[in-house]
Amino acid sequence: MCGIAGIIYRDGPHAVGEDMKQMLQSMKHRGPDSTGYALYGTPSEAFRMRITLADTNTKRDFDFAERLVRRRSEVEGKLRAVGASVTEIDETTDYTSTFTFDYSGDLKTLADQVESVRDTQVLSLGHALEIVKDIGDAETVAAQYNLDKMQGTHGIGHVRMATESDVDIAGAHPYWAYPFSDVAVVHNGQLTNYFYWRRRLERSGHRFQSACDSEIIAVYLAEKLAEGTSLEDAMTQSMEELDGVFTYLCVTADSLGMAKDELAAKPLVLYESDNIIAVASEEIAIREVVPGEIETYDPFEGEVMVWTR
Amino acid sequence: MDAVVGESQITYDARGLVEVDDTVLGVAVVKDGKATIDASELTTRKINLEIRSLVYEQGIEDVTILNPGGKHSLGVGILTRCKMTFEGSLGYFALGVIDGPEVTVNGRVGWSACENMMAGVVVINGNAGSLTGAAIRGGDLVIKGRVGARTGIDQKGGTIIITGAAGSNTGFMMQRGRQLLLGDVGPHLGDSMYDGIIYVAGKVKSLGADCVPGEMTDEDLEFVTRKMGLYDLGTPPELQKFVCGKKLYNYDNLEPHERKLVL
Repeated sequence: MCGIAGIIYRDGPHAVGEDMKQMLQSMKHRGPDSTGYALYGTPSEAFRMRITLADTNTKRDFDFAERLVRRRSEVEGKLRAVGASVTEIDETTDYTSTFTFDYSGDLKTLADQVESVRDTQVLSLGHALEIVKDIGDAETVAAQYNLDKMQGTHGIGHVRMATESDVDIAGAHPYWAYPFSDVAVVHNGQLTNYFYWRRRLERSGHRFQSACDSEIIAVYLAEKLAEGTSLEDAMTQSMEELDGVFTYLCVTADSLGMAKDELAAKPLVLYESDNIIAVASEEIAIREVVPGEIETYDPFEGEVMVWTR
Repeated sequence: MDAVVGESQITYDARGLVEVDDTVLGVAVVKDGKATIDASELTTRKINLEIRSLVYEQGIEDVTILNPGGKHSLGVGILTRCKMTFEGSLGYFALGVIDGPEVTVNGRVGWSACENMMAGVVVINGNAGSLTGAAIRGGDLVIKGRVGARTGIDQKGGTIIITGAAGSNTGFMMQRGRQLLLGDVGPHLGDSMYDGIIYVAGKVKSLGADCVPGEMTDEDLEFVTRKMGLYDLGTPPELQKFVCGKKLYNYDNLEPHERKLVL
């Protein structure tokens, strides 16, 4: 089933971590397997990269802790080798890390190098984007990664009920549009031409971290954006080119977009005011951040909307 | 309470979402035969138990629910005549399987509102999600706003009136009953309908399989005029009528066991 939510503030940064947590927690019944956040904090000159050094299902055998330390220093070495100057390493949990670094080269080279370290996945990479995803409900993940105090301008989130692939971090949403900085996607639904697009995108050099169909959307949009297509046009084209039932949200450094398939098979409720735009699979989530009686509606089939903060 | 017999027998709850406690809190304020429930601090089940206790056991015929807060499955399974008013928005599966109540919702409803309604009147002063009035068998469902996709899917009777725009596949597989759509309608109107009538005042994006235009008759006009009068919707605009073309009627009339007898 899965639940998705997104929020964009038009009047500067707010407690986006806390707001997203409340929205996602209220939709726990739609997906208790894993929860993910893609939040946009204050943009900085430096890049921030979140990685996992092992998945939650990786066997915790006797030298597991040592391997993590070794991998972390390998990643640091790879970053230096491609010319990035690392300024900060934040070890959020034992198997995830956040690197802050200055870099001016090609992002794909950098991300490929980092992922050449065994079992390492790049969750997000950008000047403001931070993707946090793990197993458990919204409150568990938010507490684990200290999201409560996170300030930001917009964000999306996802609660997952796994249907097509494993319950692990690789299968959890949001997906970063590898290697496109500051773009992330959450999706509710199933894509039926997954292998068609996976083979096609793999041939053009993209890599896939998981066996989850939703990853296609992120990579698909990344390719379109790299060709110079605007986000709205790329999303409109995806209506024709992706098959299945889906509603997805996409965020970039300054905008939030939604797209709903031709059958309108997956829900989305929309609330729009002068200060805030909130979208979610259920109105109950929007009510968490916009109290009181509000006017909301469902976008129609095949609709694509993009809001810029 | 007869209405809740069986609920205490739930034994499988893998996701830990079932509310086990089935005691009625009795927080409703009753004055002059009218009850008011403030639902802001109550869970879905407590609200529904409270309503059922009022209408079934205490004989109250007018219940107002304040601050429903978009919660799911509110007001379901009320099988008696009464008046209910929701001051606020409801979530998914609101007012499902009701038989008799006269309901006003001053807010929005989510997906699958009034699913399988048997009889009664529901007026929603707001927008509605998809699958509104799925499989209704009777009664009037009036939405004063826009609705999502597949409104009245599998409709088997009753009347659905929508003042705003309607999404795709409206009247999908409808079998009986009437729909009055006063706004614009999305693609695949009346797709694979078996029977029933759809009146449309706005623009139709496209017709579904085997849905064809019909001839407006005096009876049609009288029906629409009366219904619109009932719900203060003014006089009927110019309407198009759509019915089933019956080109997809490929099945024979015999049930499988009958066929065996004949052959």
